[in-house]
Amino acid sequence: MNEPEVAVGIDHETWNEESPYRIPSRKLGMWLFILSDAVTFAAILYAYAFVRLATANWTRPFEVSSIVNGVVMTTVLLVSSVTTLAALDAAKHNQRSRSVTWLGVTMLLGMLFAALHIREWIKMIDKGWRLFQNPTGGPVLFGSTFFCITGLHLMHIIAGVVAIAVVAIKYSRGSLDTGHVESVGLYWHFVDLVWMFVFPLVYLMNAK
Amino acid sequence: MSSPEPAVHHHGPPQSFIRKYIFSLDHKVIGKQYYGLALIAVLAGLILSWLMRIHLGWQAAAIPLLGKLSPTGAPGNVMTPDYYLSLMTMHATLMIFFVLTTAPFAAFGNYLLPIQVGAEDMAFPRFNMMSFWVTFVAFVVLILSFFVGDGPPLAGWTSYAPLSSVGGVAGPGQGTGQTLWAVSIAIFCIGQLLGSLNFITTTLDLRTKGMSLARMPLSTWGWFVTSVIALLAFAALLPACVLLILDRTAGTSFFSSAGLVVNDQVLPHSGGSPLLWQHLFWFFGHPEVYIAILPGFGIISTVLPAFARKRILSSRAVIGCMVSIGFLSYMVWGHHMFVSGMNPFSAVLFSLPTLIITIPATIMVLLWLGTLYGARMRYTASALFSVGFISVFITGGLSGFFLAQPSLDTYLHATYFVVAHFHFVMALAAMFGIFAGTYFWFPKMFGRMMNETLGKWHFWLTFIGVYCVFMPMHYLGLAGNVRRYAAFTDNYLAPLIPLHRFISISAFFVGAAQLIFFFNLFWSRFWGAKATDNPWEATTLEWSTTSPPPFDNFGGRHLVVYHGPEEYGVDSDTLEYVMQTAPEQIKTT
Repeated sequence: MNEPEVAVGIDHETWNEESPYRIPSRKLGMWLFILSDAVTFAAILYAYAFVRLATANWTRPFEVSSIVNGVVMTTVLLVSSVTTLAALDAAKHNQRSRSVTWLGVTMLLGMLFAALHIREWIKMIDKGWRLFQNPTGGPVLFGSTFFCITGLHLMHIIAGVVAIAVVAIKYSRGSLDTGHVESVGLYWHFVDLVWMFVFPLVYLMNAK
Repeated sequence: MSSPEPAVHHHGPPQSFIRKYIFSLDHKVIGKQYYGLALIAVLAGLILSWLMRIHLGWQAAAIPLLGKLSPTGAPGNVMTPDYYLSLMTMHATLMIFFVLTTAPFAAFGNYLLPIQVGAEDMAFPRFNMMSFWVTFVAFVVLILSFFVGDGPPLAGWTSYAPLSSVGGVAGPGQGTGQTLWAVSIAIFCIGQLLGSLNFITTTLDLRTKGMSLARMPLSTWGWFVTSVIALLAFAALLPACVLLILDRTAGTSFFSSAGLVVNDQVLPHSGGSPLLWQHLFWFFGHPEVYIAILPGFGIISTVLPAFARKRILSSRAVIGCMVSIGFLSYMVWGHHMFVSGMNPFSAVLFSLPTLIITIPATIMVLLWLGTLYGARMRYTASALFSVGFISVFITGGLSGFFLAQPSLDTYLHATYFVVAHFHFVMALAAMFGIFAGTYFWFPKMFGRMMNETLGKWHFWLTFIGVYCVFMPMHYLGLAGNVRRYAAFTDNYLAPLIPLHRFISISAFFVGAAQLIFFFNLFWSRFWGAKATDNPWEATTLEWSTTSPPPFDNFGGRHLVVYHGPEEYGVDSDTLEYVMQTAPEQIKTT
């Protein structure tokens, strides 16, 4: 009868059909996560666009100082993407300690971004902005959308800093490899890219 | 079977009971866990539909014990109109999320996709385990709503705002119940995201030598396309549910407009739009319909050739149809909103792709029918349900032509015509797919055969019964019977009550017929005849291993694939079919 051809004790990888993308499963998984996360951000930005278009007298509260703060945050995040690349480059040349240093710099920049962001939040909350409240008396939805969108992004930043920390520690001990540095870098670039949509849509379009 | 040295594993076989059966990383155990969850959910959903049908047929009927479940919802065991809506909401939520998504996609997909591509397990076994347990938590949270506050929500499975967004003031169940619903569905989204990420990576990366994409069984293609849809659809529902939860608990007004007066109370909300919820929900909701039915397409396309002993007419066309349906499923969400107050021009925009989507669906139906033509069918229970699938899918698809047109939908919207349509095209078709899959793969999953005689009885009673239940609903809808009514007090509806009673009696009959299935399932699990490795003489990889397969699926062997998935009725050296793993040549005469 149709006895299948059997091969025993041969390395798993050589017995697989080639993937159409020729990248490791972990990296493919990260790309898929990024894809679905992009839809999540798109949905929430869509909600923002929807309610904004439906509101006649939308409040634009940001003064120059907030915009400047936003520009600084954007710069910090962009630089952190470059340092991620430096970490990956070092990892590819098998320079573990240099790679870990760059990952550390990326984390610091991420934390700086989060600190600047939280300071911005605190200032707004002091002025009376809430999820459900507009201190200027206009429509309340600016607060709702602002805190939701930037909050979701901030959660991603904090998760990213933690993820980079875990990867950096394990990578320096040798229990993770270059692929992990690359995957966490992919995530970080994605979070950075999302900010490139959030900054103009939420900050610049709401400048006074 | 020989016992060669084990090859490289991702993880070894577990020893403890908990690692083996509860927090298992084995995709086969996870698949069975999903199936078990779906069985519990379908039983609950079935009982809820019975309760609803009793009430619709005989409004004053007292239902024993119902008052115990909800003293406020059923005082004196007679259901209030609000409680009817609660039961309807839970029926739909359980059935769509926890049966039609988990059984054909998560259960069969988990169990069979890795085996059918020749992998030892999923690409990310840990995510896979989390996927099930997250889904289980979602289920528990949903069921909790029966027992806390004033019962389950009554806003329907679509949870339209502002009914769903303004809180307890909107009615019984709209307090805690609706919040639990939103939390449950948000958790469910996370579970399905983990699952679909796994499915896609496994399909692309872990195929064994020779298993090119074109040689994958069509069932694997079905799960693969479904997981791509699920990856993007649930990602849109998740933030929608989070915004709904914020509206309900944090005082935001995403989905509630200004100046709402509900139950004589002026609400503090301002600025939001109920239409926004509909857009976000249906951007998920329409693809969800295909998440429910696409695995069915795949299962039928794999099962039919095995019993027709013929190749499917064009497997590439089936793949193309499934992919294009998946793609189009994102462009048609607005057809649920023709009467919601969108710009009338956008109705045209959504109507066109809706009508276009019938083209790949029709091509597939014709390919299945063409496969049946001239076949010497082996009419097993699984084959009968496959043919039944085609029947209910055509019936449901035909009413879709009417509903896709805004001018006709304006009249038919939210009537029983729609209820008939989606039950045929999505619910029944997907259920028939689940049944076909269960009768087909049960021997592989449990190493025992199901009873064929009971299976055939189950098919015929179900098949006749569902037509008795849902066919008259088309007439009810055309007669103007609006759905979600708990009672028919209007004069023009009174003459329709006898028809409702006929439907109710038919529904009891169909439900009772499912007891045959449940009995068959459990009886065969323990006392069924022993199954051979390949009882159906099928060709895909799962039939090249033992029934049930060992922990690593192939006992350390690495299979090599030489053929497409459906080499039936071919002229080979020995048999009239060729396994995918058989190195022999197929003679072309």
